[in-house]
Amino acid sequence: MKTFFWDTVEAASIAWGALKANRVRATLATLGIVIGVMTVVLMVTIVAGLNASFKKQLSLIGAGTVYVTRFPWIMQDDFFLYRNRPRLTLRDAEAIHRESLLAEAVTPSVDTMRPVSYGSTVLNGVFVVGAGDDYQKTENVMPEVGRFLSRQEFEANRSVVVIGQEVADRLFSARNPIGQEIRIGAHRYRIIGVLEKQGTMFGMSLDNQVIIPLGTLMKHFGRRRDLTISVKAAEGVRLVDLKDELTGILRRSRKLGPGDKDNFSINERDQLMATYNKLTAGVYAAGIIIGGISLLVGGIGIMNIMLVSVTERTHEIGIRKALGARRSQVLRQFLIESALICAVGGIIGVGLARLGGAVINQWLPTSMPISVAVGSMAFAALVGIFFGLYPAAKAARLDPITALRKE
Amino acid sequence: MDRDGELIRLVDLHKVYKVGEIEVPALRGIALTVQRGEYMAIMGPSGSGKSTLMNLIGCLDTSTHGEYWLSGVNVSTMDDNELARIRNREIGFVFQTFNLLPRANALHNVELPLIYAGMGLADRKARAREALTAVGLGDRMHHKPAELSGGQRQRVAIARALVNRPSLILADEPTGNLDSATGEEILQMFDELHRRGNTLVVVTHEESVAARAHRVVRLLDGQVVSDIMNGHPPQPAVDIHAL
Repeated sequence: MKTFFWDTVEAASIAWGALKANRVRATLATLGIVIGVMTVVLMVTIVAGLNASFKKQLSLIGAGTVYVTRFPWIMQDDFFLYRNRPRLTLRDAEAIHRESLLAEAVTPSVDTMRPVSYGSTVLNGVFVVGAGDDYQKTENVMPEVGRFLSRQEFEANRSVVVIGQEVADRLFSARNPIGQEIRIGAHRYRIIGVLEKQGTMFGMSLDNQVIIPLGTLMKHFGRRRDLTISVKAAEGVRLVDLKDELTGILRRSRKLGPGDKDNFSINERDQLMATYNKLTAGVYAAGIIIGGISLLVGGIGIMNIMLVSVTERTHEIGIRKALGARRSQVLRQFLIESALICAVGGIIGVGLARLGGAVINQWLPTSMPISVAVGSMAFAALVGIFFGLYPAAKAARLDPITALRKE
Repeated sequence: MDRDGELIRLVDLHKVYKVGEIEVPALRGIALTVQRGEYMAIMGPSGSGKSTLMNLIGCLDTSTHGEYWLSGVNVSTMDDNELARIRNREIGFVFQTFNLLPRANALHNVELPLIYAGMGLADRKARAREALTAVGLGDRMHHKPAELSGGQRQRVAIARALVNRPSLILADEPTGNLDSATGEEILQMFDELHRRGNTLVVVTHEESVAARAHRVVRLLDGQVVSDIMNGHPPQPAVDIHAL
């Protein structure tokens, strides 16, 4: 045990000395490892960053809410098949509202793009949401200043609006927008509230929106609109059960025969998550394959350099054997050396991935899990041990006399 | 330590090298006994088998046939790892070309046998310093071999040979790479080692070196052709048969 410890320390210090003596060669030899580790770590960094940001964005969609739409969020069939479906109407929303036992809240809503203006400032392409009266129960919206739409305002289809942060900033900058009048399209609305900042979802700003009563939107911009019906499950209700119930209600309300396919889609957050995971699994696999090939090539490079090293140091090995080094001690010396070269390569690789991540962070969110950084360094060292095995065994098997004679 | 009695016993030792299909006999039945405390020279022209014999005595190689007993242990049946242990504990080598590690300083070179013996840091540093001081290199411990003269390098090698307190010091042409004055210094050191009771076996082709030993064994064609006592051996040959 004591022997093991001391000759491991000795082996590590020999290995370190050998690396220092052949700095350039060791660096070149470990380049494959550097690239392999960098690829894997960078890929994981990007995917982990995307994951974190995606999950954060998804959290804006209520977990206990399903969304009934004409077009599904994830299209699996031809677009035209979906386009032929009849729109979702207020009647469908009312049917759900009337018949569902599992829903806590039902909100029809609709959105459209309109220019929004205040005085001479015009914002093009603002999301105008027409919200049903339970909108706050199904969606994650809170006023930061002022208040949300009231029941009377919904029922009377008043021309009042709650605006998003970005709209408020761009139209009013530092001034208080409450009580001011803005135009949406050709119509005037009084501002009653400003929403909390929500950030972006899938590259779209959620703060570039204004919310008005659904009735008002239909009155001003037309009734023939395709609704989204948000249904929030009551406490303790499973989404599958809610979906079953909604399917039944909608099939009746939309007068589908027993053999007809559903002509609506019920969406939920987890579907997006599942699709997203499928996508990133591909990215992961690609990263691991590329990284794996680099590590393999890198490992062969290490094997080559270790064979050169063993040949160069045959005489040294002879001396060590003459002085009593056992096979296992010589073997360990060379294994530690190749593991060390690879671990250094791993550290450089992680460092480069870290730098690369910082650069990519300007366009994509990145985050490097510490376990991956440490794990890939350890794996690099394992690659070193694996590919160092053959050269080290060669060194260990050397005959002391032959080795001593070689200068 | 037991200073009396037999250290080495070679019984009908044969060594055959195979060069392709041809078998080349290098040793053809060597029988030799070396007592503890002896100073023996092995001589012979090149091709006589003296290097082969040295390798066998040094446990660097194994015989094809015959027995080799070292300190009462049959070494000829040992495997690689056991032989490594014997080299480490029982034998101190002094080579013609010194065979020091070029990148390591004198102290580390002397420490090597102790490292392979598993000795801890503090103990082995102390032992290595002591050994270097004993050969007069107390002020050169942190010099690399390239920074030392030939004589100093050979003294480092002697310190390394002594540091594990082996029962046998085995020297192969120890003055071969040195000028005569330095060679003389080394030989005086050997005389001193012998006086202190160490067993020395020196392989050489120089008569002047062999003359320092108390016993000279001459080889020719893989066989002992003469075994002569010089001066006054500490253990007379008659005692061997009396045992």
